[in-house]
Amino acid sequence: MTDVTPETTSYLAPAEVEDVELYHPKSFVTKYIWSQDAKVIAIQYAVTAIAIGLVALVLSWMMRLQLGFPDTFSFISPEAYLQLITMHGMIMVIYLLTALFLGGFGNYLIPLMVGARDMVFPYVNMLSYWVYLLAVLVLVASFFVPGGSTGAGWTLYPPQAILAGTPGQSYGIILMLASLALFIIGFTMGGLNYVVTVLQARTRGMTLMRMPLTVWGIFVATILALLAFPALFVGAVMMMFDRLLGTSFFMPQIVEFGESLKYGGGSPILFQHLFWFFGHPEVYIVALPGFGIVSDLLSVHARKNIFGYRMMVWAIVVIGGLSFVVWAHHMYVSGMNPYFGFFFATSTLIIAVPTAIKVYNWVLTLWRGNIHLTLPMLFAIAFIITFVNGGITGLFLGNVVVDVPLSDTMFVVAHFHMVMGVAPILVIFGAIYHWYPLMSGRMLNQAMGHFHFWVTFIGAYLIYFPMHYLGFIGVPRRYYAIGETEFIPLSAATLNEFITVAALIVGLAQVVFIFNLVWSLFKGEKSVKNPWRATSLEWQTPQMPPAHGNWGKELPVVYRWAYDYSVPGAAEDFLPQNLAPDQVAIAKGHEASGVRAAAT
Amino acid sequence: MSIFHQLLAKPWVTAQARIDDFHVGGTFFLSPAKLGLRVFLAVVTVLFTLLIFAYGMRMELEVWRPTPQVSLLWLNTVLLVLSSSAMQWALFSARRHEIDGVWIGLLAGGFFAIAFLGGQIMAWRQLDSLVGFNITNPAIGFFFLITALHGLHLLGGLVALGRATTKVWRGFDVAPVRLSVELCTTYWHYLLLVWLVLFGLLFSGNDSLGILLSICGLR
Repeated sequence: MTDVTPETTSYLAPAEVEDVELYHPKSFVTKYIWSQDAKVIAIQYAVTAIAIGLVALVLSWMMRLQLGFPDTFSFISPEAYLQLITMHGMIMVIYLLTALFLGGFGNYLIPLMVGARDMVFPYVNMLSYWVYLLAVLVLVASFFVPGGSTGAGWTLYPPQAILAGTPGQSYGIILMLASLALFIIGFTMGGLNYVVTVLQARTRGMTLMRMPLTVWGIFVATILALLAFPALFVGAVMMMFDRLLGTSFFMPQIVEFGESLKYGGGSPILFQHLFWFFGHPEVYIVALPGFGIVSDLLSVHARKNIFGYRMMVWAIVVIGGLSFVVWAHHMYVSGMNPYFGFFFATSTLIIAVPTAIKVYNWVLTLWRGNIHLTLPMLFAIAFIITFVNGGITGLFLGNVVVDVPLSDTMFVVAHFHMVMGVAPILVIFGAIYHWYPLMSGRMLNQAMGHFHFWVTFIGAYLIYFPMHYLGFIGVPRRYYAIGETEFIPLSAATLNEFITVAALIVGLAQVVFIFNLVWSLFKGEKSVKNPWRATSLEWQTPQMPPAHGNWGKELPVVYRWAYDYSVPGAAEDFLPQNLAPDQVAIAKGHEASGVRAAAT
Repeated sequence: MSIFHQLLAKPWVTAQARIDDFHVGGTFFLSPAKLGLRVFLAVVTVLFTLLIFAYGMRMELEVWRPTPQVSLLWLNTVLLVLSSSAMQWALFSARRHEIDGVWIGLLAGGFFAIAFLGGQIMAWRQLDSLVGFNITNPAIGFFFLITALHGLHLLGGLVALGRATTKVWRGFDVAPVRLSVELCTTYWHYLLLVWLVLFGLLFSGNDSLGILLSICGLR
């Protein structure tokens, strides 16, 4: 906590801060459609991501219906089931989570939190969204082409991804690869903006270490994405060449029905390396913004500074670095050299150290905090619990000898859904409940919010805890139906029914959430300015929601870090980052003694 | 203060706050456009590095049949060197405020770049017509893929170059054009460097990548 006495720095003129030239929209179209304003682009990203995410939710319902009640739904064929798995996975990981965290929250929060008027390259930022939308449309188109979307699994492993017999082999896979390439091009445009804005467009007084952890999380995740997505891009383009031009990057010599195919000499393992060189950092591309956001939610709603801020920043950076040297732990069963397995198991376990530091710091932030059990706080606490659960099963799977028998079971499905499905989604919900008043000027409905929270939180555990057990007893993943299998007891089928019912209910709770988003926009209680009494800059704009250009005539000047909550001696329990020391109201009884902060 | 030094700061301490209050501007002394270009070049570097790794990995597997020699690539390399030199000439001229030199440099840079692209397409055709051409040979697949991706990057650069040239043509003063010329020149030099590495390691017929892998103990 910084000193609150007026004797330190007084008012600092913002004149030296370089201002950016903004594009001022003149019509509805340039204001809301072809918009160059990061806030509008953020909402465009968020709406598109949530819309396609709802499609993926319906796909998961259909998968659960098949698993819970096999032989009941004639419209779910074995081929369709594979397509459902593939599209659900790919949409959720890339088109929802990545796009929402970086394109949505990144665009909205970065300029506001660092005190900039907008992103540094607004035109490129606008293009980023439209290329993303095109990627989504191309993906959606694959549902409607002959043969339907690809059913190769979200990992798209060759050779089966482009061979006859895999659903969507004719057009679906082509559209999927094209859509991924477009997504990466669009993301790179946005990513350049996020990185350069954080590095170069911060306002006066906003040092790197005064930035809220939300910005740190998004910033490092963006760097990861910029460096990891090229691997997926290369893999997608090479597979496209194999499919369309007949090259054999990934395609070995294959004999099909007694006839030798035109392919030969390619290496399927090469694709796996490329895919997971992207795929593992992708986990942290989704997790790091979540880490940052949850840190801020905990601090604001516990009215306490984040515990171990520096350690939190370092942990984000270290996790980001380590995430590039663990990729092959997804490939233990691919037949790789056992020494590689040993190396990757070790690096995987090392990543638990900075991650554990973060978890301890979150818990210690709550320790003796003035905890307000608001909806964002509930979601943040739920995230910690869920992330620890999912993380611990990750320690099991990171070890080769445990992973090999569990690799193709429902245990893996339960693990990754807990750690990179439910946990990040809980943060996203918390973040939406937290920043919705800033974006819309209204509060979300509390009753609907609580219903949404409890059903989602408890429901997620009802779905995934039993799924770990199914994995242990050997229920395989990716199977359309397991039928009567000797080593699987009949009770597994009952458990599958239970999970399906829970999944349907949790899915319906999301419909309530979407309804709340729309209903509150028109009927929600009007929010006061800075309703959570937060310190970070996004809440200190002259207008709420922030107007075009974010700030008034002058950019804000930052005098403190983002976590001055409950500073001893201050009259208020929060000191906004742009509050000059000589403007800090001193609490009664502290005037004479010259108030100093205790924690320096 | 270096970025690592900054990460050690304790922002909640009063003494640090006094220092931080006077922080102005970005992390690096660069314009956003220049930093943006460097970040983009880092992304492109990862892209081509991964391709080289993939090439190397594939070399180590099963039977490896190297790409047949295409001598035209030597001429194309010279064209790209000329293109890059012309861009450097444009930059020198911009720094000396000689708008005619900028104009000539940009046009020549663009001309040689287009000639390089034409040469690459001719190289594709030469390869295509060679006896023993087999598209399923991964080395040939890599040749098409890598040269196509490099060419696409150059094509993107030509769009930016076209915009800079238009500014000069419209009679802009040297100052506003200078940043565009600097950015284009950096990009051109970078693409030349990438091509030299790709050509030297993969396509010059000297098995340079194989030798490098042997030196590293990977072969």
